Amino acid sequence: MIEIKDISKSFADKQILKGISGVFEKGKPNLIIGASGTGKSVLLKCIVELIKPDAGFVFFDNRNFTEGNKSLKIEVRREIGMLFQGGALFDSKNVEENVRFPLDMLAVMPRDEKQDRVNLVLNRVGLQNANKKMPSELSGGMRKRVGIARAIVNNPKYLFCDEPNSGLDPQTSILIDELIQSITSDYDTTTIVVTHDMNSVMGIGDNIMFIYQGEKLWEGGKSDITHSGVKELDDFVFANKVMIAMRDKNAGH
Amino acid sequence: MGFLKEIGKYFIFLGNLFVNRESFKTHYKLVVDECLLIGIDSILLFVLVSTFIGAVSTVQTAFNLVAPYIPKYVISQVVREMTVLELAPTVMAIVYAGKVGSSMSGNLGTMRITEQIDALEVMGINSINYLVLPKIVASIMMYPLLVIVSGVCALTGGYLVGVITGILAPTEYIYGIRYLFNDFTITFALIKALTFGFLVASISSYKGYYTTGGALEVGISSTKAVTTSVIAVLLADYVLAQLLLSPA
Ligand SMILES: Nc1ncnc2c1ncn2[C@@H]1O[C@H](COP(=O)(O)OP(=O)(O)O)[C@@H](O)[C@H]1O
Ligand SMILES: [Mg+2]
Repeated sequence: MIEIKDISKSFADKQILKGISGVFEKGKPNLIIGASGTGKSVLLKCIVELIKPDAGFVFFDNRNFTEGNKSLKIEVRREIGMLFQGGALFDSKNVEENVRFPLDMLAVMPRDEKQDRVNLVLNRVGLQNANKKMPSELSGGMRKRVGIARAIVNNPKYLFCDEPNSGLDPQTSILIDELIQSITSDYDTTTIVVTHDMNSVMGIGDNIMFIYQGEKLWEGGKSDITHSGVKELDDFVFANKVMIAMRDKNAGH
Repeated sequence: MGFLKEIGKYFIFLGNLFVNRESFKTHYKLVVDECLLIGIDSILLFVLVSTFIGAVSTVQTAFNLVAPYIPKYVISQVVREMTVLELAPTVMAIVYAGKVGSSMSGNLGTMRITEQIDALEVMGINSINYLVLPKIVASIMMYPLLVIVSGVCALTGGYLVGVITGILAPTEYIYGIRYLFNDFTITFALIKALTFGFLVASISSYKGYYTTGGALEVGISSTKAVTTSVIAVLLADYVLAQLLLSPA
């Protein structure tokens, strides 16, 4: 479980995050949604302290990460797996080396065991025969899957995904969402997914936080999102033709 | 003010090179990789540029020393002094910044904008230690070697042109190379090489590491890496000459 309290962040004179609080449960995906440029990625980076928030606190299973000492920070960091928007694969390393990297750097285990673990997670994301490929040879969807494999290879307690399905076709998107969901429930991780994709929201959105211009305006589950009563959220949700059609169909009954 | 802030940030960056560091074994591999990269990147260019500079220096020195009472071997003596003191360590540092510095900066800038640096940091790895320290160590090791190579090439270039065009005889050239040779100039050249190797790698890495934005900004960082490195090299060149060469 991750808890955030009053996270604020400004760049220069522009306030990007305005005191965001919330709780992210473990065992199911927690979604952060909102339009582009509202500060979702900044919030995610503030949680893991890739960006230092100006104010506020982050607790990882009741451990105060924000005020923790260096060794606590390293300890928590090593329990984190993160999927970045473009995959962030190391482009000088092949698929297998990318996935093995966290084990090489952080884990103490024999070589064979590492290899088994790498093959296991590559299997898990459906990439059995790509071990020796270089990142430049992969499609967008494959890069994300390698990114997921690298994020989960060291058994993280916390999994962060920044727009896991942006730039992917709808079918691959659904596969990635399902993958994230099943990994989350199988390993009981605390997972936070940033997205602006309504398909994902309606698919895996049990616990959703809506951010609008740096503020949290709403939270809840996918069953309530269509009748939140929050105008900004309605504008976001019904910017999608499928959602409009669904609403009109329901209204017609 | 902005300038002082930048200098401060650069020194904090350097301080972070040694925080939370990786094992020697990890670094050993990375340093070897970087050394190979630097060597492959620049050796041909170095050989080419310094051979030509040596050749041209010989021709131009000969052109300027027309008086009959000046012995021919003075030509190669002058070429030697120019090569050891300035051409090999300093002028080649400018070439080095253009080739190796810009590629270091581009490499780190790309890693920054594609979030590869964030990916390292989020694993609890100090990306400055992991990515930059090997570059700087490799540069400190490789640049002096490249300077030696380019010194040899420049003198060879001078020899070939001097002898082929009949400016001076092979024995005269060799005599001039050895005439009144002060071996401190070699020590001085190597001190400069170590300094410049460090400056180019650390400044270029710094510029690349703190890139923000996209592909365009990576290019801008590379350009800034080269210009800033070159200015730093020239300043350091002056300071070192003042410190080590001026009569006490
Ligand atoms: N490092 C930074 N420096 C300055 N501004 C930034 C930085 N990172 C993000 N921003 C700004 O913060 C705002 C929110 O960005 P972001 O969190 O990436 O949006 P999104 O919700 O699409 O993920 C944008 O206006 C962006 O320009
Ligand atoms: Mg984003």
